Amino acid sequence: MAMNKNIKLMQGNEAVAEGALIAGCDFFAGYPITPSTEIAEILSNKLPKIGRVFLQMEDEIAALGAVLGAALCGAKAITASSGPGISLKQEHIGYASMCEIPCVIVNVMRGGPSTGLPTLSAQSDIMQAKWGVHGDHAIIAIVPSSVNESLYETIRAFNLAVKYRTPVIILTDEIIGHMREKVVIPDKNDVDIIDVKLPDVPPEKYNPYNFTSGKVTPLAPMGEGYRYHVTGLIHGETGFPSQKIDVIQNAENWLIDKIYKNIKDIEKFEEFQTEDADILIVAYGSTSRSARQAITMARAAGIKAGMFRPITIWPFPDEQVSNLSKKIKKILVVEMNMGQVILEVQRNACGANVYGLNIANGEPITPDQIYAKIKEVSQL
Amino acid sequence: MSDRIEFRFSGSGGQGLILAGIILADAAAIYENKNAIQTQSYGPEARGGSSKSEVIISDDPIEYPKATKVDYMVSLTQESFNKYIDDVKDGGIVIADKELVTDLSKAKGKLYMIDMVKSAREELGKLLGLNIIALGVLVELSGIVSHDSIEQALMKRVPKGFEDYNRKALEIGFRLGKEIKNNK
Repeated sequence: MAMNKNIKLMQGNEAVAEGALIAGCDFFAGYPITPSTEIAEILSNKLPKIGRVFLQMEDEIAALGAVLGAALCGAKAITASSGPGISLKQEHIGYASMCEIPCVIVNVMRGGPSTGLPTLSAQSDIMQAKWGVHGDHAIIAIVPSSVNESLYETIRAFNLAVKYRTPVIILTDEIIGHMREKVVIPDKNDVDIIDVKLPDVPPEKYNPYNFTSGKVTPLAPMGEGYRYHVTGLIHGETGFPSQKIDVIQNAENWLIDKIYKNIKDIEKFEEFQTEDADILIVAYGSTSRSARQAITMARAAGIKAGMFRPITIWPFPDEQVSNLSKKIKKILVVEMNMGQVILEVQRNACGANVYGLNIANGEPITPDQIYAKIKEVSQL
Repeated sequence: MSDRIEFRFSGSGGQGLILAGIILADAAAIYENKNAIQTQSYGPEARGGSSKSEVIISDDPIEYPKATKVDYMVSLTQESFNKYIDDVKDGGIVIADKELVTDLSKAKGKLYMIDMVKSAREELGKLLGLNIIALGVLVELSGIVSHDSIEQALMKRVPKGFEDYNRKALEIGFRLGKEIKNNK
């Protein structure tokens, strides 16, 4: 009965908290809400013990405000919420985008809109992750499909946040967040961790932004002697507001370009039995588990199905979907919502027929439901 | 997927059924190196309402995490018995408490009515630990994990000072499970 010390039975929410700690998280601020509360609960226990900060704020807006303040002081900071809590955070997600403040926001998705289904699952915040904020901007969002992946993707989320000075959204859901399965906990020395760095110029030469070099300027932690202005107004490279048209355009371009020009570094996806597939399932997060099982059922029945599973959902893997659609002429998008990622797939499909299986009743989509739809699509 | 075995603990919020599921999954995943997934489902209320906790155990990787063809179900309220019994597969085993479940009109699978509440009252002095008795019954009946593994997983989750109490509850469950096996 040999017991591996590094393998634990863990809840998805616990794995996010564990991943945050491995990534070097110094600060959590939040406000409890089902089904994300365990993340706050666990970090409230663990962070103070290692001399780091846990803060319960008066609401979700203030919580992300606190996270941004901490991040400006050099902390690796995270918040977690769900449903209406994520709606409240939108204002500050925009502020983080505009001011290029690294932070991680976990959305354990539940049914909506409004208070919706607090204890039941959904994948209906995919478009909100990209478009919930007003104004043009780019965002990074990640959809883990297992408890183990929740841990490793949380580490990656912190790395991407620091590297690109951007909010990174982790979209788990009630199923992944609350289920328990095996996790292999890595040694800190075995994972890549990107740390917050001081600028390589002295304070008098430091500009907090650079829109044209193509390189992300390190964010100087407040209190290290670097003085700069932070505002949600469109600003120039010094951080002060500007209404000059070239400055405005450079700033707008930069927020998009720094993500999309680095898409090869940010994207992550998995292909499952796509080589000879006649039907391509596009599924992500918890739903991809059922899809994988349904594909095995379909293959046993002689239907060649395969899966494309985005792990980074924003920026969307346009190129991969486009390439796959050139050789696989039937695409079935399976999601626990009324049709969100299917719009991105349709946009990228080159002459392939795109079908949707959209079930949003709080219960996970079953392998049987997907298999039935695969059979239907295979006969079209 | 043929070796996939599905367990469902059902009752009302506060009976400790989620914990029972976690302990079973832990015993299988950590102490016996199988694959195991535990999930739960409950309503928006803090206590009461029907709740269930499910454990899938398999030697192969487990994809779909919830139970759909239940092999073993335990029920500790009438409401949960009625609500969750439909997914029990033909030949599946259902354990219900003799005092808490009385209307058997929806019965499915092989039903065993046992005195879990009565045993708790008489041998433990209170109903605390009913979840662990139910866990003991399922482990004994299914043989899914060894007594040793389930006890280790249980001890890991029990608050200090309650080890003997919980061990006793588990033993009661083993005994009730054996009685069923002997009477089969």
